[in-house]
Amino acid sequence: MKTQTAVLPRQRGMDVSLFKKNAVPLLFLVLCVLGVMVSGMDARFLVYEVLTRFARNSFLVLALLIPVSAGLGLNFAITVGAMAGQIAVIIITHYQIKGLAGLAWAMLLSVPFAVVMGYLAGMVMNRAKGREMITSMILGFFANGLYQLVFLFLVGTVIPMKNRSMMLPEGVGLRNTIDLWGISRALDNLWRINIGGIWVPLGTLALIALLCVVLHYFMRTRLGQEMRAVGQDRHIAEVAGIDVDRIRIIAMIFSTVLAAWGQLIFLQNISTLNTYNSHEQVGTFAVAALLVGGATATRASIWQAMVGLLLFHTLFVVSPQAGQALFGIPQIGEYFRVFVAYGVIAVALALHSWQRRSR
Amino acid sequence: MAYALEMRGITKSYFGNTVLKGVDIAVKSGEIHALVGENGAGKSTLMNILFGMPVIHNTGGFEGEIIVDGQKVEITSPIDAMNLGIGMVHQEFMLLPGFTVTENIKLNRELGRPNIVSRILGKKFELLDMDQMAKDSRQALDKLGVDIDEWLPIAGLPVGYMQFVEIAREIDKSNMRILVFDEPTAVLTEAEAELFLRAIKRLAESGLAILFISHRLDEVVGVAHEVTVLRDGEVVGHLPGSEARVDKLAELMVGRKVERPALPPRKKEPSDDDIILEIRDLSVDMPGERLSGFNLKVRRGEIIGIGGLAGHGKVGLANGIMGLYPSSGTVLKDGEELPLNNPKEALRRGFAFVSEDRRGVGLLLDESIENNIAFTSSQIQNRFLRQRLPLESLQVRDNQAVRQYALEAIKNLDIRCQGPEQPVRRLSGGNQQKVCLARALALSPEILFASEPTRGIDVGAKSLVLDLLVRFNRELGMTVIMTSSELAELRMICDRIAIVYQGRLVGILSPDASDVEYGLMMAGKKRAEVS
Repeated sequence: MKTQTAVLPRQRGMDVSLFKKNAVPLLFLVLCVLGVMVSGMDARFLVYEVLTRFARNSFLVLALLIPVSAGLGLNFAITVGAMAGQIAVIIITHYQIKGLAGLAWAMLLSVPFAVVMGYLAGMVMNRAKGREMITSMILGFFANGLYQLVFLFLVGTVIPMKNRSMMLPEGVGLRNTIDLWGISRALDNLWRINIGGIWVPLGTLALIALLCVVLHYFMRTRLGQEMRAVGQDRHIAEVAGIDVDRIRIIAMIFSTVLAAWGQLIFLQNISTLNTYNSHEQVGTFAVAALLVGGATATRASIWQAMVGLLLFHTLFVVSPQAGQALFGIPQIGEYFRVFVAYGVIAVALALHSWQRRSR
Repeated sequence: MAYALEMRGITKSYFGNTVLKGVDIAVKSGEIHALVGENGAGKSTLMNILFGMPVIHNTGGFEGEIIVDGQKVEITSPIDAMNLGIGMVHQEFMLLPGFTVTENIKLNRELGRPNIVSRILGKKFELLDMDQMAKDSRQALDKLGVDIDEWLPIAGLPVGYMQFVEIAREIDKSNMRILVFDEPTAVLTEAEAELFLRAIKRLAESGLAILFISHRLDEVVGVAHEVTVLRDGEVVGHLPGSEARVDKLAELMVGRKVERPALPPRKKEPSDDDIILEIRDLSVDMPGERLSGFNLKVRRGEIIGIGGLAGHGKVGLANGIMGLYPSSGTVLKDGEELPLNNPKEALRRGFAFVSEDRRGVGLLLDESIENNIAFTSSQIQNRFLRQRLPLESLQVRDNQAVRQYALEAIKNLDIRCQGPEQPVRRLSGGNQQKVCLARALALSPEILFASEPTRGIDVGAKSLVLDLLVRFNRELGMTVIMTSSELAELRMICDRIAIVYQGRLVGILSPDASDVEYGLMMAGKKRAEVS
C-alpha cells in the first residue's frame, strides 16, 4: 500500500509534464479534428491533399533543423536557399533540360549558389549573435530585393537571354510566371503507387525519408556534436577549442543547400514558377509548420518537423471549407490559416525570448 | 626530485602598473601546492601567464621563464598549455547542460569511427563512438572515486558533481600532468568540499602535480604539501604544509606596514553614547558575498571600516542596507527602523552609497558628468528642479543649478575632465570614482557607504579618494562606512575596523592593532575586542 501511494503521484506528475511538453501539437490536433469535422470534407480528398503538401514541403521544413541545433534559431533565411533553387530552375528551363535529368541538373546547379549565399548569410549571422532570427528574416527580404533586381532588370540587359518565351514582351526581365512543364512532377511521378484511389508519390517520400536518416546520423557525427555544443553555449564551446564561427557558417550553408533542394521539390510538384513570389512565404510557412509540431527556437527534432507538417497542412486544407461551413464565408477560413501561421510564430518567438531571459 | 612545473622570476606589468614582481613557484609531481592571496594579489595573472592567455600577449608579454619537466617552454596560447599537459579546472563551470556527463567529458575530444562518408569528406563526418567515450569517462570518474552515472545529463546534477565532471574532463586527457584548480570549492557545500579535497589527494597520489588556488585557508592547511603566499604581486611566504597555520597565512596575506597619517582632529570624538546606526541580525542574500546574522553599532561621526577576506560578506553589508540585494533583519537609524529592500527609502533617510561596481551600478556611463552628479538627488530630493507649471509632477530640470553645482564639485573634488558635459565613460577610474563621490555628496547624506572606493584606480588617485572621505567626515560630519579589501587603506583612515567572517561580525579592531591580530580575526578567530 505504502509503495503504491509513493508511486502514484510521481506517475501523475509525469503525465502532466508529457501533456505540457506536447501542448502545442495537441492544441493543433484538436483544431485539426474540429476543422475536419466542421468542413465535412471528403476523407480521400483530404488525405490526398495533405499527402501532396507533405511531400512538397518536407524538405524545406527539415532544412530548418540544423540551424536550430547550432543555436542559430529559426532560420527565416531559407528564402535565400529557395532563391538559389529558383535560379537553378530558371537556368535549366532556359536550356530546356527536361524530366528527371533536368531536376537533377537543377539540384546540382543550385548547390554553388546556395553555398555562396549560405556562407554570406552565415557571416552576417556571426556579426549578429543573439539576434539571429530577426536578422535572418530581414536578410531574406534584402536578398529578395537583389533577386528582383537581377531577374527584373539585369536579365535581357546585362545577362543575355535567348529564350524569349520566358521573358517579358519588352525583352527585359523575366515573366511573372514561368511554366515548368519540363520538370513537372519529375520526381513525384518517378515512382508512385495507387493506394485506395490515392496516388502516393513514393519517390519523393523515399527521398524525404533518406534525408531524415541522413540528418539523424549527421547529428551523431563529430561535426553534428560540435554543432550541438555550439548551439547550447557558444562560450563553453569556444573554451573547449571549437571554432564557433566556422561551425555556425557550416550550419547556415547546409541549411541553405537543403532549402534550395526543397524549393526544387516544391516547384516540380507545383509545375509553375511564380518568378517573383514563389520564395517569399517559404521561410514563414516552414517555420510555422515546425513550431506547430512543438519545436522551439532552440530545440527541434525530425519528429516535430513531421508532426508539424501534417498538422499545419491539414489545418491549411480544411480551413477554407470550415470557414464556409461555419460562417458561410470561405475568406474567414482563409483568414484563419494566415492568422494561425503568423500567430504561432509570434507566440513561439515570445516564448523563446521569455525563456532566454529567465535563464 | 625534479619539479613538474617551475615558474621563475615572473614579472608582469599592465600599462606601467606592475602586478607581478619576480614570482617564483615550483610544483613537484604527486604534490599539492597551494597558492593563496587576496583578490588582486596576482593569482589570476600568474595563471593567465601559465596558460598563455591572449590578455597577456596583447599587453606586452611577461618576463621570466616557465619550465616544465626540466625543459624551458614557450606558452603562447592555451593550446600550447594543453599540449604540455597543463590543465585547468575553472571556477565557473564550463559544462553544457543539455549534454550527458560523457559528452561533456569528451567535449571536442570525441572518439569517432570512420565510415564511407568520412573517408571522403574527412574526420568531421565520423560517427561518434559513444560506448567507448562512456568507458573512458567511467575510468576518469573512478579515478576520482566518485559514483556519477556517466549517461546522466548535466542539467539537474548537484553543483558538487558538476565540479567532478569538470575535473574528470581534465584527467581524461591522456597527457595531463599538471592540474590547476582555481578557487574550486567556492561554490561547494561543506560536504561536497570534503569529498572534493579527498579526490584531489587521490589525484596527487596518482602522480599528478596539483596547483591549488584558494582563499579558504582552512582547506589549504588540510591538504597542501607546500603553500606559497602572494601579496601585491610578490611572493611573501613559502612554507611546507606542515608549518602552515591559518593565522600565519592570513597574516602573510594581508599584512603590510602602514604609516597612519595624522588625521585632522574633530571637535567631538565619536562614542558609544551617540549611535547613529544600529544593525541587528542582518542577513543579505548577495551571491558570493552573503551576510547572515550580522550585528553592528555605528557611532555618529566616525569612519568605520568593514574588512575581511573576499567572499565572507563584507560587500554585502552596504548593498543590503541600500536595498540592492534581498535582505532581512533590523536596521535602526537614529532609533527609527529603516524599511529594508527599498533603495528609495534608504536614500531618503540620509544614506548614500558609492558602489564597488562603479561602472555597473555607480554611473550612467554615457551620460555627462553633471547629469551623473545631479541624477540621484533630483530623483530623491527634488533638488536641481524648477517648477514652471502649477503641477508638481511637471517640474523640469534646472540646468543652471545643475551646471553650477557640477562646476563647484569639479573644482572641490579635483575631477580632471574636459568639462561638465563630458560623458563619464571616458574618464579615468579615479575621476569616475570622484564623480560617484560628488553624486553622493549632492545628497548631503548623514551616512555614506563607500564600497571598495579605491578598487581599480591608480595609486595617486587612491590617496585622493581617501582624502576626500576624510574631508567629508571631518568637514561635513558625515558618518562613513567604508568597505575595502585593502586592509592597509582601512587602517589609514578608519577609527575602528569591523572584521567579517562567514557573514558574521567577528570583532572590531583598532587601526593600530597588530598584523597578527588582524590575521587571526580574518581567519575567524576571536580575540579580545577593542573598545
